[in-house]
Amino acid sequence: MQEKLESLMQELALKKIASGEVDRVLAWKKGESYFDVSPAIFKESFDGFTYNAFCGANLSKFLVEETKKEGKVLVFLKPCDTYSFNQLLSEHRINREKVYVVGIECQGKLDINKVYAKGIDGILDIEETDSELKIKTIYGDKTVKKDEVFSVKCETCKSKKLVVFDEKIVLNEMKDNKEKRFDIVEKLESMTEEERFAFWQAELSKCIRCNACRNVCPACTCTNCVFDNNKSGIAGKANADSFEEKLYHIIRAFHVAGRCTDCGECSRVCPQGIPLHLINRKIIKDMNTNYGEYQAGETVTPLNPIVDFKKDDVEANTVVGGKK
Amino acid sequence: MQEIEKKEHKPLIVAFCCNWCSYAGADLAGSSRLSYPANVKIIRVPCSCRVNPIFILKAFQRGADGVILCGCHPGDCHYSTGNFHTRRRMGILFSLLNYFGIEKERTRIEWVSAAEGQKFSLVMNDFAKTICSLGENRRLEDLRCKKN
Repeated sequence: MQEKLESLMQELALKKIASGEVDRVLAWKKGESYFDVSPAIFKESFDGFTYNAFCGANLSKFLVEETKKEGKVLVFLKPCDTYSFNQLLSEHRINREKVYVVGIECQGKLDINKVYAKGIDGILDIEETDSELKIKTIYGDKTVKKDEVFSVKCETCKSKKLVVFDEKIVLNEMKDNKEKRFDIVEKLESMTEEERFAFWQAELSKCIRCNACRNVCPACTCTNCVFDNNKSGIAGKANADSFEEKLYHIIRAFHVAGRCTDCGECSRVCPQGIPLHLINRKIIKDMNTNYGEYQAGETVTPLNPIVDFKKDDVEANTVVGGKK
Repeated sequence: MQEIEKKEHKPLIVAFCCNWCSYAGADLAGSSRLSYPANVKIIRVPCSCRVNPIFILKAFQRGADGVILCGCHPGDCHYSTGNFHTRRRMGILFSLLNYFGIEKERTRIEWVSAAEGQKFSLVMNDFAKTICSLGENRRLEDLRCKKN
């Protein structure tokens, strides 16, 4: 199934380049091993072109720079990436005319660290079936069920709808599980203030300020970022104390409030495994319950709950972060 | 033997007041000789919506134990819609702070008009009482900004 999808994608890309309709292709490239994939531009050679269960990267942010260059670019977007794409269109960060969007199937992406956590090491190669990973290691063959090693962002999937595309390659039906989306946020809300403080203190103190969450976020596209401004007091590459840890993450979450499509890239790239998406998800939940359901990127619109208002909004003091 | 003096903690409260309503309300409270706690430090802003979320965080960083934001009543904003924006923005920020474990009572929004000197005094007294009972702000403090 996966090979078929990959070959269909490559076929389409080659066809579009041959016809001259597009100039280059933005997709994933295989690295040293099966799970080591990174975003790449393909032009003449399609060596290493791949699409597998480890292609978690959201390619939409690369288009901000790509569409400034000459020629049209073909991009493969998974359902949740199309939301980010729409959001970037709303913010006029992408030139739509220069992009050919191909919506592709996604059955949830996997996290290699979760495979390692199962005690599987020395991986030589991986073979993928619909529900399983057949892993060849130096210690023999192992099998892992895919739903046990889903990356954090895919454990709960908000939508499998392709909201924007010029063409789509979908072979099988895709299932979301959005009813479970706010489960962990609700669990945190039901803790006491003290417990929540302890939880976040423990998580955020792991932060090494690598700024990966900012760099990967499709909503963070400012060319001059506050975190690069030495005068802002928060540009330091190391957090001086617990206040700065919190300050950085509050600012980061607040800057994308209302524009965050909940793609979960921040958690995926965090080298320390901090569940950063839970901060953004809390803001989304608050906005949904108090200011009406809203999904950023579902449509191209300049309005979002944080820049909009209603005259009969609930009073700010009644919006709480959880139990006392 | 040197005796260690135990200082009583005096809470510091920062009140952001909008120039057109709450600041005038505080003025009225003063000229009507209504008292409000001396540890409430008022910062005048052109509109409650001028208060950037970072102002709130910086206030906590510099040692505030509570931050209160006062503006015109919704619908009465001098700039028509400023406080509607404040209401949403601060609702989300204060909820997020609470989500991080910072006590909800440390942050508050109140609407005080220029004619409500009485209300201003009541609100500030009540808020100061709440902050006193909560004690020092330990969860959102910056040790670098602490004296001693």
